[in-house]
Amino acid sequence: MNRSEEDELKYTEDMICNNFSNYSAWHNRSLLLSNLLKRKVEGFVSKEKVLPDEYEFVHQAIFTDPDDQSGWFYHLWLLDQTVRVDSPQLVSSWPTPGSDLILLGDRCLDGCASSPFTRFYLDSRTFPLVLYFNQSVEGVNSSTITVDSELNTNKDLVWKPLSSCNSKAAQVWVTQLNLPDGNTHSSKVFPVEVSLGHSQGIISSSGFHYSNPFCFAFRVSLQLVETQPVEGLGKEIISWRDESFHNYNAHSQDSSPISSLYQLSIKNDNELTDFEWRAATIAKEIDHFRELLSLINCKIGKLTLARLLMAHDAMTCPPANKFSHSEEVLELYNDLMRLDPMHVQYYKDQHSLVLLQQVTSSWESLLSRCFHYSNSPSNRGSPMCLQLKNLSLSRLGSFDKLLWVQMLDLSHNELRSIEGLEALQLLSCLNLSNNILGSFTALEPIRQLKSLRALNISYNEIGAHSIDTTKYLCSSPLSHSVGSEWNHGQTVIDDDIKSYWEAYFILKGLNLTQFDIVGNAIVNEKFKSFLIKVLPGLKWLDGEQLH
Amino acid sequence: MGELAADKHVKYIISVEKKKDSFESVVMEHLRLNGAYWGLTTLDILGKLDAVDEEDVISWILKCQDESGGFAGNIGHDPHVLYTLSAVQVLALFDKLDILDADKVSNYVAGLQNGDGSFSGDIWGEVDTRFSYIAICCLSILQRLDKINVDKAVEYIVSCKNLDGGFGCTPGGESHSGQIFCCVGALAIAGALHHVDKDLLGWWLCERQVKSGGLNGRPEKLPDVCYSWWVLSSLIMIDRVHWINKDKLVKFILDCQDMENGGISDRPDDAVDVFHTYFGVAGLSLLEYPGLKPIDPAYALPVDVVNRIFFSKK
Repeated sequence: MNRSEEDELKYTEDMICNNFSNYSAWHNRSLLLSNLLKRKVEGFVSKEKVLPDEYEFVHQAIFTDPDDQSGWFYHLWLLDQTVRVDSPQLVSSWPTPGSDLILLGDRCLDGCASSPFTRFYLDSRTFPLVLYFNQSVEGVNSSTITVDSELNTNKDLVWKPLSSCNSKAAQVWVTQLNLPDGNTHSSKVFPVEVSLGHSQGIISSSGFHYSNPFCFAFRVSLQLVETQPVEGLGKEIISWRDESFHNYNAHSQDSSPISSLYQLSIKNDNELTDFEWRAATIAKEIDHFRELLSLINCKIGKLTLARLLMAHDAMTCPPANKFSHSEEVLELYNDLMRLDPMHVQYYKDQHSLVLLQQVTSSWESLLSRCFHYSNSPSNRGSPMCLQLKNLSLSRLGSFDKLLWVQMLDLSHNELRSIEGLEALQLLSCLNLSNNILGSFTALEPIRQLKSLRALNISYNEIGAHSIDTTKYLCSSPLSHSVGSEWNHGQTVIDDDIKSYWEAYFILKGLNLTQFDIVGNAIVNEKFKSFLIKVLPGLKWLDGEQLH
Repeated sequence: MGELAADKHVKYIISVEKKKDSFESVVMEHLRLNGAYWGLTTLDILGKLDAVDEEDVISWILKCQDESGGFAGNIGHDPHVLYTLSAVQVLALFDKLDILDADKVSNYVAGLQNGDGSFSGDIWGEVDTRFSYIAICCLSILQRLDKINVDKAVEYIVSCKNLDGGFGCTPGGESHSGQIFCCVGALAIAGALHHVDKDLLGWWLCERQVKSGGLNGRPEKLPDVCYSWWVLSSLIMIDRVHWINKDKLVKFILDCQDMENGGISDRPDDAVDVFHTYFGVAGLSLLEYPGLKPIDPAYALPVDVVNRIFFSKK
């Protein structure tokens, strides 16, 4: 017997009206509605018409008994349906549109007049082109993305998804462009034009195509000056102590490259359609939940209000007004930590994400955290270090705003995960000391950072835990995602690899010159000799020079 | 906080194994092989696997094998993947996987994959994501995953993903912690956890923790010690376990012990059984309770047993 879907929908309505504490009924309702909306069945063609009634319906459940969870997940689903933009969009890139980059080769120079935000140090013959989408996509390749420049032939470009395991989909994709020839006149400028959306192929996991033709350009020039070796990366030991860093004094001519990051809210036309009803719906929900909270101080009220305010801010243009509710949201999460201490770490993680959004929301705020790295104050030729230390961060985010970062200090936080950090393809120096990273597998994102030379993970908790919570989120022989080298016996499994397989998988293939690991339970003489075997290019281990 | 009465639990498990005429043994007769897995894995976690007669157990297990290659719950019963996995797991505990004809067992399991990637439990055809987990886990332990279409198996599991981030027994089935464990575990072993929305599912899972500190199976249900395994291991596999209060959960599990006669029950003051004893002890292992061997959240076997399977010199 085939009931019509509308009949089934009515049935769920009856069940819920009888007793709203019926999770099965809410689940079935969400499934039916989602199918009807997807197939655009008559009467369910537009979300704009359907969702308002559903919000009212679930309010009855939540506002009657805020502690009953039955309606919570349905409301979250409605919110997702209200804000979600189905088609993939480009959110950010490096190099940024309109930027003028100076790429410095191995022997970098001193006294450079240009802004440190336009100078990038590389010790390889290529530089990355990074595309950051709003969701995980497949099908990024030289047919769907055209890169027009003298530096490369487009069809030879290989695009890699930055994902763990063998997933063919990722939110962030990267390809390598050749550095200009070192013999070229050093002031020659090479324009690069990137276009996407001109042919179909980039597709999200839910089957929506990237369909917004977009083109951007940037310019690259190379400087290779043969002066005496100065603090090139990997030439001298990096010290993370405060004395090595000097406040960056902003000059007016610096404003262009970073502020272009904030003009990179690419005009996505889809975002503008339906904007009216989406914004109005969120605004109405905010009012409803403020009213609820004025009557009952409840957890679901505060949590939902925090989510609604963030959704509202994310939808707001222009960028100058973005995240105007951050302070209120941070306060809400602080309240929730007190109101619902059982889930304090969940609220802490959300708090960290909002804090990072706030910090990266304006270029003034970012700049206040940028420091020159230099062992001698007169040297202005060194990279810029973004300092995000001592912020009680338990989780990372806002990577789309941080693609330009080469040197990053995340020390003295409460990080147990660095999920998403693989997007920062320019990273060469990374400080994660004094956090709570619990295993090598938690460092999986680092495997994708091919430019990383100096890594500090001292004073974490590696080796201190019997249970590994990131074991299955990384590529390893236990999760059947490792390439043939392991499975076909090409890796000789000696006792060291057996004891330290996590460290082996994460570190092999990295080109580190400096590694700090003191203060982790796993460290002893045996482990240190294993490290030296796995990292043949290592020059300094825990501050000591190796031979 | 109370303490884990480890010795009492060891005595309880051994007594269950021996008293074949007890009520518990009789009602469990058809799934005795599952009971063996629960009891023996618990003993291993407590460091007391040597308290049983290994040869006795193994010879009985082999008598449960059917000519199809699959294992039944007891001698003379019908084969099913449920018992096949338990047999393979118990043999792994004793490091005796090599006495099996791995191809024969694997062919039985692989033969139960359907065209849409799903798995049936036995020749009678019932489909459930539990069987997807069982098949993938079993074949992985036997290192014969290439006998099935892993991509299709993953596709089917993903089709059972719900709008709340959880998973059901079949497409459209309501999210339930037990099914979630099976789907997340299967995806973990298959290297396909990128299909899980970790934040969305993580929040659904962490909200299983109720005031008493225990975990329930879905919204507005009572807490039960067995969810200390299913919810906890799922949270661990997606790296969101810090979203629950571990100390309160430890206390809940310890409160479910029978401190006099040994064993753990579903909630405080109820009758104990081997099933809940295993899930309580395994949960405590995942919570890094001192003195317990660490257990792998995907394979549900001690970590040293799993490492032995995958990292032995070939």
